[in-house]
Amino acid sequence: MKHTLRFTFFVLLLVLAGLLANPVSAQDGQPPTDDDVNQVAKELYCPVCENVPLDVCATQACAQWRDLIRLKLSQGETESQIKQYFVENYGARVLNEPPREGLNWLAYLVPPVIILIGAGFLVRALRMMKKPVVAAPVKGPSVEAPADDYVARLEEEVKKQK
Amino acid sequence: MLAEFGYGVLVVTFLLALYSVGAAIFGYVNKSAALVESARRSMLLTFPLLTVAALSLILLLVRGDFNVQFVYEVTSRSMPTYLKITAWWGGQAGSLLFWSWLMSAFASAATLRKWDRDQEFLPWVIVVANVTLAFFLALNILFENPFARLYQTFDGNIAAYTFAPANSTPITPADGRGLNPLLRHPGMIIHPPMLYLGFVAYVIPFAFAIAALVTGRTDDRWIRVTRRWSLWAWLFLSFGLVLGGRWAYDVLGWGGYWGWDPVEIAAFMPWLTGTAFLHSVMIQEKRGMLKQWNMVLIILTYALVIFGTFLTRSGVLSSVHAFAQSAIGPSFFVFIGVTFVTSIGLLIHRWADLKAEAEMKSMLSREALFLLNNLLFMSVLVVSFWGVIFPLISELFTGQKVTVGPPFYERANSPLFAALMFLMAIAPLSAWGHSTVQTLGRAIWKPAIAAAAITVVTFFTYTQNWIALIGFFLVALVVLVTLYEFWRGARARQKTQGENFFSALAHLTGKNRRRYGGYIIHISMMLMAIGILGIELFQTETQGTIQVGESLRLQGYELVYRDIAQWDDRSTNVNYTRAVMEVYKNDQLVTKLHPRTDYYYEAQQNMTIPGVRSTMADDVYVLLVDWEPASAIGATFKLYINPLVNWLWVGSLLFLVGVIIAAWPEKDPERATVRATRSARQTSAAD
Amino acid sequence: MTETTETPARRGVPLWAQIVIWIGLLGLLLMVGVTLNKRQQGTVQPGDAIPDFTLPLFSGYEYAGKPEVKLSDFRGKVVVINFWASWCKPCEQEAAELQEAWALYEPTGQVIFLGADYVDTEPEARVYLQKYGITFPNGPDMGTRISQLFRIQGVPETYFVDKTGVLRYVQVGPFSSLGQIQAQIELLLAE
Repeated sequence: MKHTLRFTFFVLLLVLAGLLANPVSAQDGQPPTDDDVNQVAKELYCPVCENVPLDVCATQACAQWRDLIRLKLSQGETESQIKQYFVENYGARVLNEPPREGLNWLAYLVPPVIILIGAGFLVRALRMMKKPVVAAPVKGPSVEAPADDYVARLEEEVKKQK
Repeated sequence: MLAEFGYGVLVVTFLLALYSVGAAIFGYVNKSAALVESARRSMLLTFPLLTVAALSLILLLVRGDFNVQFVYEVTSRSMPTYLKITAWWGGQAGSLLFWSWLMSAFASAATLRKWDRDQEFLPWVIVVANVTLAFFLALNILFENPFARLYQTFDGNIAAYTFAPANSTPITPADGRGLNPLLRHPGMIIHPPMLYLGFVAYVIPFAFAIAALVTGRTDDRWIRVTRRWSLWAWLFLSFGLVLGGRWAYDVLGWGGYWGWDPVEIAAFMPWLTGTAFLHSVMIQEKRGMLKQWNMVLIILTYALVIFGTFLTRSGVLSSVHAFAQSAIGPSFFVFIGVTFVTSIGLLIHRWADLKAEAEMKSMLSREALFLLNNLLFMSVLVVSFWGVIFPLISELFTGQKVTVGPPFYERANSPLFAALMFLMAIAPLSAWGHSTVQTLGRAIWKPAIAAAAITVVTFFTYTQNWIALIGFFLVALVVLVTLYEFWRGARARQKTQGENFFSALAHLTGKNRRRYGGYIIHISMMLMAIGILGIELFQTETQGTIQVGESLRLQGYELVYRDIAQWDDRSTNVNYTRAVMEVYKNDQLVTKLHPRTDYYYEAQQNMTIPGVRSTMADDVYVLLVDWEPASAIGATFKLYINPLVNWLWVGSLLFLVGVIIAAWPEKDPERATVRATRSARQTSAAD
Repeated sequence: MTETTETPARRGVPLWAQIVIWIGLLGLLLMVGVTLNKRQQGTVQPGDAIPDFTLPLFSGYEYAGKPEVKLSDFRGKVVVINFWASWCKPCEQEAAELQEAWALYEPTGQVIFLGADYVDTEPEARVYLQKYGITFPNGPDMGTRISQLFRIQGVPETYFVDKTGVLRYVQVGPFSSLGQIQAQIELLLAE
């Protein structure tokens, strides 16, 4: 009991530390570093260079976006607020994934559904293929002598290859 | 004159390809061996013709004939000759010609083989190969003529025309625009040809598959004939992908090698089906099962090759890799429609003939595991395909453009890849036809314990990241199981043949190249997996603007900025800005790195070349992001530490060895005997 | 290879599966085809009616004190919509000419210029507007909605809409002279 209490306290402390540290170095008055800016930019995409993350895109437009991120960080905005601003101004395509809303749910739901259907087909196919074999296989494996069986199999396969 | 000659040759080749298609079909229908032979010979003739056309283009490129639009667009006076030659595939029109040239080379090689046992396939292989060839040639002839010249028409506009328009004067610019600097890297010189080789080589197995469907000869003959083709195709495709990654790592300045860009995925998708195909054909050969499924896979592979080429070249997708928007889109679309509908129609028509010859005896048998492997590859395909296609759907139905980026693919694919690795570990231990939990368990417990031990050591010495630990456990398990298989096989031979261990090992591999080559490929994949795990999970980065004498610190490294210099290279028309950075680890000078930016005056384009120090433990990768000569702010550097990424490249070399072992031609004694018994069936075509 | 068993019935692809396959394939082709068609179309063409849109305006660049304008507010006027961005070099070539033209036509009250700022950041955009002394209503193209409406291929692009709301002329790339802008406007004013 005591143990769990201490653990909870520890977790709370961690959470608190995380909360305090999170709004990227804005509270302590330090100007945001390049790393703080890249941290946010990494997950954004600028329409001017499509499919290249903002932190590595070299165009002038992207450099301006990074400056804007720096400005907003220095004003104390959080990462999610900044992202929200970019979505409002430039559309959902600045995000590295479709936002989870409306039709976009299709993006996340269709692949698992198709994969599950595929798995269903596979199981069915295996069941159908695996009919009971009437006669016991002639050169069946003797479980007692796996090594010899292995050699036989190997040799047989080598022969088949020829 | 040379340009008109080249164009003329293209037109002749196109007509020849069409004739070949017609003659083959007519010959098949009327059972005329002479016509089929005529079709075969026309097909063989396309290769020398296209070689002549290609040589004309190369000559134009090397001579710097800037009156020709393509030459103007991709070369410039200052480029070295080898780059002028490789500029052949540096633009849309030239790379289409390159595609056609490779296609006809492969088709010719395929038709040169002895056809006595598969005479009925011949006409249809010719049809499929030549329809594809004719289509690509038509793109060159109608829309993207590499030989078109620049003319100024009476209204003052300058444009490229195949034939001189009325009242126009030819225009010859003083210098060309030069090849895109990004494409001047050695990796980029080889990467596209490798990919094209892979793409084109898959047309051959597809052609045989279609031939099998049309003729109704649905045994596994088509698979046996094209076995080596699909392996080589797979080799080229895989290597093309790896080279593309290396190029991105060295040139694009992302600090990485793979960005889940739609165009990258377009090349990755046929690789997925191709890999699934490589595995599942083994079941058909060994057990006579999965005939239908193999047809599906090869048709999918071809379709994805064509579809991927379409996506990258039509302007439907925009990406760093994509070609400029082009007029070839609609005709490409029609071609895709026709080939998809025809192949699927044929497959449905023959579906019932493709029934299995044997039955599955155990859910743990090797064939069942191979099926599971196929399911996983197809799942990765589904995720990738959907990710590429979804932005189109979203834009179409809601008008909202969206980006599907790395997190989407990584979240969905990582568990699938992990499952594939697990299969790689247990499948080699399972037997064809039957296996039980007991037999599998008996085989796997030793490697499993060893792998677990390695994981525990990794936990205490390297990382506590649980995803990484799962990954390393699977890597260790696969490598150990595979080595164990080598060892078991060699020991068995040692006992029965009385050889010493190493010659037993060599004979074992030599006698069963495909299996043991495949195992080497598995090991190489695991080495690559180490690199991927390293960069995905442990990459760190920092960026800073510093003065000379100051330093950046990351992961125990200190990089001191010592010097910077800027100069023009008049001969190549490039401006270089190069910084000198000293790398210290534990206060010991390790090496000096020279990150730089190259500015190409002709292309008005910057290139950021990283300074990289590579070891098996990690790469120190530093980029010169920004530096203004006039300002006193200092220079901005971006520093990445990429742990273990070198394993990726080492793995890819071993991979090459594995595929070559697996695909090396072996003597086929069966063929000689069968040829003797069937000599009566030989026709004039076999001469 | 040894255990060959004959399955009695020839089983083709069931009808429902065939239907699913063909619908899936056609759906895919249709979608790609429509997208391709859209990409090939280029910008909206003269003669097309432009759907109404709302352009929020930068403070200091409002129209008659309103923080946002609608295209439909300007029925009866000639509307010139200019897409630009502060990071766009070619835009700078025409910025002064556009402002000159605006200065010329603003007093007539028959012509309205709208600047739509494409994928740009506000601080930089303001620097640009000040640098070229631009005074006509300008605002961000929020969510790239307006540029998608016009299917712009890049910046700068300028669209001339006549008094009835029909697109009449599209200028792709910068104007080379004031006269070029005037010519188009005069043509539409004369109607």
